[in-house]
Amino acid sequence: MLADFGYGILVVTFVLALYSVTAAILGNRQQAALSPKGMPLVESARRAQLLTFPLLTLSAGVLIFLLVTNRFDIGYVYEVTSRSMPTYLKITAWWGGQAGSLLFWAWLLSAFTSAVTLRKWDRDREFLPWVIVVSSITLAFFLSMNLFFENPFARFFQTSEGVEAYTFRPQGSIPFMPQDGRGLNPLLRHPGMVIHPPMLYLGFVSFVIPFAFAIAALATGRTDDRWTRITRRWTLWAWLFLSLGLVLGGRWAYDVLGWGGYWGWDPVEIAAFMPWLTGTAFLHSVMIQEKRGLLKHWNMILIILTYALVIFGTFLTRSGVLSSVHAFAQSAIGPMFFAFIGLTFIVSISLLIWRWPELKSETEMKSMLSREALFLLNNLLFMSVLVVCFWGVIFPLISELVTGQRVTVGPPFYERANAPIFGAMMALMGIAPLSAWGKSTALTLGRALWKPTLPALFVPLLAYLAGFTNWVALVGFFLIAFVIFVTLYDTYRGARARQRAQKENFFVALGRLAARNRRRYGGYLIHISMMLMAIGILGIEIFQTETQGTIAQGDALQLSGYTIEYKEVASWDDLPAGVNYTRAVVNIYKDGRYLGQLTPRIDYYYDSQQRMTIPGQRSTLQDDLYVLLVDWQPVSALGATFKVYHNPLVNWLWIGCLVFIAGMLFAAWPDRDPVPAPQRKEQRAYHPGAAD
Amino acid sequence: MQRTKFLLGGFLILAAVVYLIVSSTQASAEYFMTIDELNTKGQAVVGKNLRASGAVIGDSIQYDPQTLTLTFTVAHVPGDNADIEAQGGLAEVLHQAVVDPNRARMEVVYHGPMPDLLRNEAQAIMTGHLGEDGVFYADELLLKCPTKYEEAVPEQAEG
Repeated sequence: MLADFGYGILVVTFVLALYSVTAAILGNRQQAALSPKGMPLVESARRAQLLTFPLLTLSAGVLIFLLVTNRFDIGYVYEVTSRSMPTYLKITAWWGGQAGSLLFWAWLLSAFTSAVTLRKWDRDREFLPWVIVVSSITLAFFLSMNLFFENPFARFFQTSEGVEAYTFRPQGSIPFMPQDGRGLNPLLRHPGMVIHPPMLYLGFVSFVIPFAFAIAALATGRTDDRWTRITRRWTLWAWLFLSLGLVLGGRWAYDVLGWGGYWGWDPVEIAAFMPWLTGTAFLHSVMIQEKRGLLKHWNMILIILTYALVIFGTFLTRSGVLSSVHAFAQSAIGPMFFAFIGLTFIVSISLLIWRWPELKSETEMKSMLSREALFLLNNLLFMSVLVVCFWGVIFPLISELVTGQRVTVGPPFYERANAPIFGAMMALMGIAPLSAWGKSTALTLGRALWKPTLPALFVPLLAYLAGFTNWVALVGFFLIAFVIFVTLYDTYRGARARQRAQKENFFVALGRLAARNRRRYGGYLIHISMMLMAIGILGIEIFQTETQGTIAQGDALQLSGYTIEYKEVASWDDLPAGVNYTRAVVNIYKDGRYLGQLTPRIDYYYDSQQRMTIPGQRSTLQDDLYVLLVDWQPVSALGATFKVYHNPLVNWLWIGCLVFIAGMLFAAWPDRDPVPAPQRKEQRAYHPGAAD
Repeated sequence: MQRTKFLLGGFLILAAVVYLIVSSTQASAEYFMTIDELNTKGQAVVGKNLRASGAVIGDSIQYDPQTLTLTFTVAHVPGDNADIEAQGGLAEVLHQAVVDPNRARMEVVYHGPMPDLLRNEAQAIMTGHLGEDGVFYADELLLKCPTKYEEAVPEQAEG
């Protein structure tokens, strides 16, 4: 009964979403003739839209109740939970499977759209109907996936043909109640995995809002930068969540998957990475549109691409069985997703072509070294990475169509093709902040750059003298130092100028300068955080070493100055949870000095017959020691098999993430009192020379 | 003048990206082959990066924990998912491959820890190269087990 109720609400919400699309379109046609107060149809569409959120919340509440109360007659509950799972995991199983995560997506979208339609619409009223149209169409699409293909409320019924989950009870069937569910994949029972999907989804869904405004701008012809200004914060938050989702996924892989890495370039990861690339490019080039009135077409293309990639990513990350490109067609919802992506893409691009002449740039790019030209270059580099990733994903399909032979490319392809592009991005990250708007020559740029460049050259020199001879790493170290020095130098320059102009204390001047230019200095902090991450990535990619061996108790393995001594192993059952734990204890020494113990583990889940290898980690700023218990013999002289990784500098990757969050919050935090436009010019005046 | 410069710049970037993609693809392409194809092509693909999948024959698994050397034999399974579905799903295909003595088979050697999921009728996906001795030397070994875990329908019931 309860399940039917949950399903019924979804049906009602679906109808409401369709209604608000229709009412918004019809209402918009009346709009021209009527005053803002007299838009009854648009207002009605808005209210219908607002109603979807409490309804979906109720429906989700029903699903969570079913999950928590072990209602295994519901197909979805059976798939993602089992009696032995703790309650918090049963709740988060809401997004543990395909049907539930589609509902989760719809719920988030409804929440975000409601937040948008609740704001004051006095100034930008003509956008409202189109924003409702775009988000409600998206919502209706996701709900239709739930209603017609992946119903989270479908129940098991036994018919003459066997047991299957049905939305409606088939004739002559009897209800069917399994004793226990299959349970969430043990690999996913990890705190990182509990918050990783919602973060990714928050990021995905938030990008729908800027897209909706972009389409509204195209549809209404208000193609100035109003739409980018309204959605600026949305874009920043979307980007923050998407980035966090990616990073948490990496952390989870490092902690749980036990292969000593954090990123494997598999299609699912790339699917989440691609909208991040276009989103990042968008974030940068929007600034050029706001400051110089350039790149308007380009911004539209970027946000349209981001939307398409977000939908594509949602599909890919949740379809699960994705080992080959052929898996697409096997999922019932695959063709529907492709049709939806194709249709929205074609409509969006047609709108863009229709408005193409109105989106002409207000000025021209004058110089190849100007700030705006460097931003354009940055955009092209992001698009290049996108093309590399996209090629890697579709290459097997193309090669099979053309030659009949299936050929894939693995991580070495992505690393080889992307590394030079990443290097170029870093160089640009250093040069661009010191370049001037409008006209800039090599001479003026060189004059601004030489001071931070000189000390940056010492860093690879010192590294070389310290024994690093890998030239890729040396180039990397130089670029990292270069970006950090440029960023600090420019910040220092800005603060000094303000200190002199305002007669303030240096730190007061620095604080006020940053607080008045949140996006700029938040962005700088993010650049620095990217460099910290780059240190970690260079460390693990270039300097990772590993060893493995089977050793008896009391014996030891050696790796990069570390001694890993096998002390003991113990194995026990945790029957209520259905898990067997095997835990080894190893002593760690470095250059003869005792450092402590590590306890690598093997967890064996009886119900799913799955084994998890949990590493023992010792993490410092210098390096990580990552010890895996691979195999063990209960009472034999052979002892146990260990695999050990030495990952230099990898901790900086995670430290960079924390700095990144700080930078994002600084840039995106709502101002107490938004500065009205005329004052903005004044602020810029405080900033010296080349900047702004 | 400026326009030409910008176009030239854009063209250079495009050329660089195309070069990167083409050269990296050539350097790291992996050829998907079934055990049948590997056996027929034999010497022609020695030394290429290969990826192959097969059904693990449980009795053949041998592991030497001293040298971490793993050897086992795999039997041919179709490479196309549509074929696998048509023949009754992955579990059924793997089972048939293992019990059928006439299937093409191939010996696999792998150095490393014993994988968690290696057992009879598991699907092994190997990346590596074919030796001149006809043995597949795997650098990477992935295993998939179609257990009750992947089946859509529950087994036991209260009614």
